[in-house]
Amino acid sequence: MSGPSRYNPSTGIEKWLDARLPIIRLGVDTLIFPSPRNLNYWWTFGAILAVMLVSQLITGIILAMHYVPHPEHAFDSIQHINRNVNFGWLLQPMHAVGASMMFLAVYIHMFRGIYYGSAKNPREMIWIVGMVIYLLMMAAGFMGYVLPWGQMSIWGAIVITNLFSAIPPEAAGTSVTQWLWGGFAVDGPTLNRFFSLHYLLPFLIVGMVILHVWALHIPSNNNPTGISIKTKADTLDFHPYYTVKDAFAIVVFLMIFSWFLFFMPDSMGHPDNYIPANPFSTPPHIVPEWYYLPFYAILRAVPDKLMGVIAMFGAIGVLFALPWLDTSKVRSMRYRPLAKQFFFLFVLVCLGLGWCGAKLPSDLVFATGVDADGHAKGLTFVWFSRILTVYYFAYFLVILPILGLVEKPKPRPASIEASVLGNSKGEA
Amino acid sequence: MLKRIASFAVLAAFVAGSAIAAGPKADLKDVDWSFEGPFGTYDKASAQRGFQVYQEVCAACHSLKYVAFYNLTDKGAPFYNPDFPNSNENPVAKAIAKMFTVSDGPDETGDMFDRPGVISDKFPAPFANDMAAMASNGGALPPDLSLMTRARVDGSNYLYSLLVGYKDAPEGVELSSGMSYNPMFSGSKIAMAPPLFDGSVEYSDGTKASVDQMAKDLTQFLTWAADPKMEQRKATGWAVMLYLLILAILLYGSYRAVWRNVKH
Amino acid sequence: MDATTDKEEPTRRDFIHIASGTAVVVGTGFFAWPLIDQMNPAADTLSLATIDFDVSDLEEGQQVVAKWQGKPVFIRYRTKAEIAEADAVDLDDLKDPQTDNERLIAGPDGKLKPEYLVTIGICTHLGCVPLFDPNDEKGGEYRGWFCPCHGSHYDNSGRIRKGPAPTNLEIPPYRYMSDTLLQIGTEA
Repeated sequence: MSGPSRYNPSTGIEKWLDARLPIIRLGVDTLIFPSPRNLNYWWTFGAILAVMLVSQLITGIILAMHYVPHPEHAFDSIQHINRNVNFGWLLQPMHAVGASMMFLAVYIHMFRGIYYGSAKNPREMIWIVGMVIYLLMMAAGFMGYVLPWGQMSIWGAIVITNLFSAIPPEAAGTSVTQWLWGGFAVDGPTLNRFFSLHYLLPFLIVGMVILHVWALHIPSNNNPTGISIKTKADTLDFHPYYTVKDAFAIVVFLMIFSWFLFFMPDSMGHPDNYIPANPFSTPPHIVPEWYYLPFYAILRAVPDKLMGVIAMFGAIGVLFALPWLDTSKVRSMRYRPLAKQFFFLFVLVCLGLGWCGAKLPSDLVFATGVDADGHAKGLTFVWFSRILTVYYFAYFLVILPILGLVEKPKPRPASIEASVLGNSKGEA
Repeated sequence: MLKRIASFAVLAAFVAGSAIAAGPKADLKDVDWSFEGPFGTYDKASAQRGFQVYQEVCAACHSLKYVAFYNLTDKGAPFYNPDFPNSNENPVAKAIAKMFTVSDGPDETGDMFDRPGVISDKFPAPFANDMAAMASNGGALPPDLSLMTRARVDGSNYLYSLLVGYKDAPEGVELSSGMSYNPMFSGSKIAMAPPLFDGSVEYSDGTKASVDQMAKDLTQFLTWAADPKMEQRKATGWAVMLYLLILAILLYGSYRAVWRNVKH
Repeated sequence: MDATTDKEEPTRRDFIHIASGTAVVVGTGFFAWPLIDQMNPAADTLSLATIDFDVSDLEEGQQVVAKWQGKPVFIRYRTKAEIAEADAVDLDDLKDPQTDNERLIAGPDGKLKPEYLVTIGICTHLGCVPLFDPNDEKGGEYRGWFCPCHGSHYDNSGRIRKGPAPTNLEIPPYRYMSDTLLQIGTEA
């Protein structure tokens, strides 16, 4: 941790415990460490995510007490939870809606990191561990959605596991899909192993979160100016200044969560998942959960199966390299007028890809006229998603590296303290 | 701050986007249901009549397998009576259960036997299994109705629109035998013959049993069947929102107190 | 002046923190309840907590075994002679002294209904199900029930008379909904 320990055991018992198991020292030093004094509300999403993770763990462990991972009973047991189990009507939607809320928070958290240069030197490991957390969340979210064993569950599982059929069996030595399924199709064995892994992954996430926070304590938080902490005047103790600010933000976030949970619990799901899984009848329009839609759009944008899968995983993989792709010496885009514009365009592109993922590829974004057969023609979603996909990759592989070298940043304040005191004249 | 709100609104729109993406059918009839909105509750009288429609019309072909008789007298259910806080004691649910025949067993000779329903039973299915149901219905499977209004986009309006949506097939549309024309159904050709006719049931409360009325009543009942805890959920939701609002105000006060002498 | 402000300010300042902290603790407490209560029996299980039993089909001298909460319940329609015999027993002869009337409940008219005896059919010794036979030694020396596991003899009031069982056959909670309809599982 940065700086000397702030814990001074006063009583005999505390001294005794501190010499043997310094757990109070760990807690104090985790909470009381110098943080930049200018963190804004975008920095509260880390604490919000911690709360959501705990909420998902608690509700998940409870659901596992009532859920039956068997194709004959899984769907029924979800109904049993919602209809019969005491407060099951609260806890089951809390877990399902909570997953969506957690992804909402993690996306804000990630966009914030990109905008303020939080991934860059010396915070590369925080970002990479964070990306591992994000990958684990994606896997946990996907497998969790399979468990209710509705139509979207099974067809989501079929489509996603079939991505791996792009790997030729000669290369893997076995059929990867058969290995994933434990059979010749998505069925009981698949459901059972997904349940097991869905229970395991959150604990791996907890482990990674500990590493994430540990890594954060080495250089302390980045901040909206992106300028490193120089003197004590730049900082405030995390507790109580940021614990109370985070607590307020958490409660505001919980209000948004509660609104969805209590008044529109089905809004994040798909009606087809209230139909029991039927492996012989594909719903007319399969869509993943909203938080996978941008990647789903990238997958469909590429006409070749293997290349589509590579593009989709590449879209996540490229994020790992972000700390080195953003070549600018200036961390915060607050002082990078061009980078700021490209960033907001990138956010719009991600939202646009999400929109494409929710639509049928042949649907029209807008019509330009009619063709010879009288059908409307125009820009189809598949072509729209191709344009957006090109920007997505170009942003990381071309725009960010070049921009860092050619862009002339605006003058930055001399220090965090100077920025807070309104003294914006300083180093250029 | 405005920028922050705007960014958040964009993200919120993104979330809502996936729901809108699947989009309600434009041609569904939009009924002003009592259960809509954060304050909505079920119209108990209507849901009770809807139960009668289910029992006398739909139950011959459609199961309601996730609903048990004790559910009918639960809090927020059509037959709830505050005199019987324990729904298992409610004589109405017992009487309804008795009207249904339930298969039980095996008995000491190993055979299944029929008995009148009891409160702990779920609504018995009209057919022994899906294959039997299909065989009796010209190859089409009458779906279970327990979750119907949640299993379709804009489900309550969909169900109502479907029930009142039967029409004569337009010129040029060929209907094979046993099929009916209903533009609300995907593909417009439905294996279910028009189920409701004026006077199909006789309501004991004097309400005129028109097709429109029965369709609305049945939709009330089946919307409850699909989401039986809705009233509890919304009531709890308001209590939670109120608590969180107070807590947010208190914590904001705490936040201002902690930060009051700090320039940031 | 300065001294007073210094003394007062912390208290006023602290109040808001105490209020916030209390609100968090209270809210957490409320939220803990659903997490605990979900482990209690669910509604489908509770719906099996009571059963209704119609005794009008029972014939005199006959016993029917009803299943209640997974346990056998003996419902016996006793003859006049059997009731008289149960009444005549001297309490001093009993290991677990109870009069026959104490083992009965009143019908809707407020009078005891001695012809119907309702007991849980589990031997109080080690949980076997006792055999019933009022006419034969199969039902034990007291022509009530006999437990084949370790030889406990119960009389026709279900009281332990001989053998290792420590107490009489247990009476389940039940009540008369009408003259012939019993509800087992709820107290009268």
